[in-house]
Amino acid sequence: MNGWESLHFIGPALTLLIGAIVVLLVDLITDRRAATAGLTLLVLALTATYATVHVVLGTSGEALYGAVVIDRFGLYFAFLLIAITAAVVLTSFEGLDRISQAGEFYALLLTSCASMIVLAQANELITIFVALETTSIAQFVLAGLGRDDRSAEAGLKYLLTGAISAAVLLYGFAFLFGLAGTTSLAGIAHYVGTGPEGARLALTMAFVLIAAGLGFKMAIVPFHAWVPDVYQGAPTLVTTFLSAASKAAGFAIALRIFYTGLGGGDTFISQDWAMMFAVCAALSMTFGNLAAITQTDVKRLLGYSSIAQAGNIAVGLAAVASGSTLGPSAVLFFLGAYTATNLGAFICVIVVSKRIGSDDIRDYAGLLRRSPGVALVLALCLLSLTGIPPTAGFLAKVYIFNAAIQTGHAWLVGLVIVAVLNTAISAYYYLRWARTMVLDEPADATAFHPTLALGSLLAAMALAVLFFGLNPTWLIEAARRAAETLI
Amino acid sequence: MIPLEYYLVLSGILFALGFYGVLARRSAILILIAVELMLAAVSLNFVAFASYMDAELFTGVIFAIFVITIAAAEVGLALGIVLRIFRERRSANVDEASSLKW
Repeated sequence: MNGWESLHFIGPALTLLIGAIVVLLVDLITDRRAATAGLTLLVLALTATYATVHVVLGTSGEALYGAVVIDRFGLYFAFLLIAITAAVVLTSFEGLDRISQAGEFYALLLTSCASMIVLAQANELITIFVALETTSIAQFVLAGLGRDDRSAEAGLKYLLTGAISAAVLLYGFAFLFGLAGTTSLAGIAHYVGTGPEGARLALTMAFVLIAAGLGFKMAIVPFHAWVPDVYQGAPTLVTTFLSAASKAAGFAIALRIFYTGLGGGDTFISQDWAMMFAVCAALSMTFGNLAAITQTDVKRLLGYSSIAQAGNIAVGLAAVASGSTLGPSAVLFFLGAYTATNLGAFICVIVVSKRIGSDDIRDYAGLLRRSPGVALVLALCLLSLTGIPPTAGFLAKVYIFNAAIQTGHAWLVGLVIVAVLNTAISAYYYLRWARTMVLDEPADATAFHPTLALGSLLAAMALAVLFFGLNPTWLIEAARRAAETLI
Repeated sequence: MIPLEYYLVLSGILFALGFYGVLARRSAILILIAVELMLAAVSLNFVAFASYMDAELFTGVIFAIFVITIAAAEVGLALGIVLRIFRERRSANVDEASSLKW
């Protein structure tokens, strides 16, 4: 399974990388932004087609000497990441807000998307590290691509925290490698499966360091410090991309390492790391929600809300039971629902920010009268973020809490109680925002409308949120089958 | 032959020093140097493990090469951003880069 056939296995990612180079070249020839943006969309469509071919053919197995694996798990994330990138590119037709280098912006988006797809496919520590760093470096540049000082500052802060967390992650990898004597996840799983009781302390240290390094990508407490600053300082388009794609990739690789590499719920250390994630989940939810209450800047508010949501997703990481993939499949479903919801909310923020020139929550007063469509979509997304039926966010929460309760551990039931209490706290600030839009008097009642492209994108997100809320069978089935390939 | 533990302790000390530097330094340049120290500790770990486990096994050494290469890319990018901030503010201190705050 080497040579050309291996390249076929990482075909979607390669298509994106070649596309990124072509986009850069075309940008040299023409100054028309619509051309590069259209080309980027074409590349994404080709990649989606390639990934579909893999699904139809049912390709599975290892390639490149076991460095990458192609399975439903990787393909699930490939589709998720392509959808996110495509949504960001479509949004960019509205205007690149503070970004002047269009060609670089699109090329970096594609590079980042490509390396995240490889990350979801990675089956070995070196590949994981290289893919993770390629993703990160592309995103550092994206965050600093804005024309103003604040964007450069966001880029620098993101880079410094990213570099530190990479070093911590690598230190964990070094111990894992030293213990297992191999970098392949299957080899590590085999080693952990033999139950080396004497190495328990070293293994614990390794997975705590690895979780700390990945916690930066997932944005869970206590590795969240960069989130509000970067979300506010980076251009909103980039923030949209980071909040959805970077988080999804972080959880993807965490699932891969802890389920494929550390053996999921069947080993002697599984309860240890489950408990570690439970603590992180409880801290993330509580901290994120409490900090979000006092925010007046919508991008900062969504930043803290994304920390709280990461806590909700981490409940699924903590829901570990022997031979069960309920936890991972709940994480996958939640990520799908969260992506649609979060993209919807951010695109609304971009539209409003462009028209009224402000990110202050008070300026959203009376939005329902000024732009009914945008206000309704935003309100729907806020309901979904809170977790109120009939939205996708509600089902995602039910599904993930159910996974935790099904394991039968008392401390996981306790975690679910904390999570439900947190949902109540989050309802306060999400619904206050919705109330401001619906009930308050606008200071300036001029009506405005989004462009056709953005309007249809918003409609699509709203439909997705409602569709997965009313008829989740298809997505749940996809998530379940993807999670089953993990072990 | 020097026992493996010596290398591990040395790399532990290097890593801790680097981490201390990250927390204690204000200049972005010095933070980057501290991160480099942490990465050096990691590389030392990989190489030590690799040479003590199996002479035929080069995985650890290859990993160390990847660590060095990517660290260089990261530093290059970081210096670019620092330069840009320095031009506007005449300072590379991270605590002065604080226009973003809650």
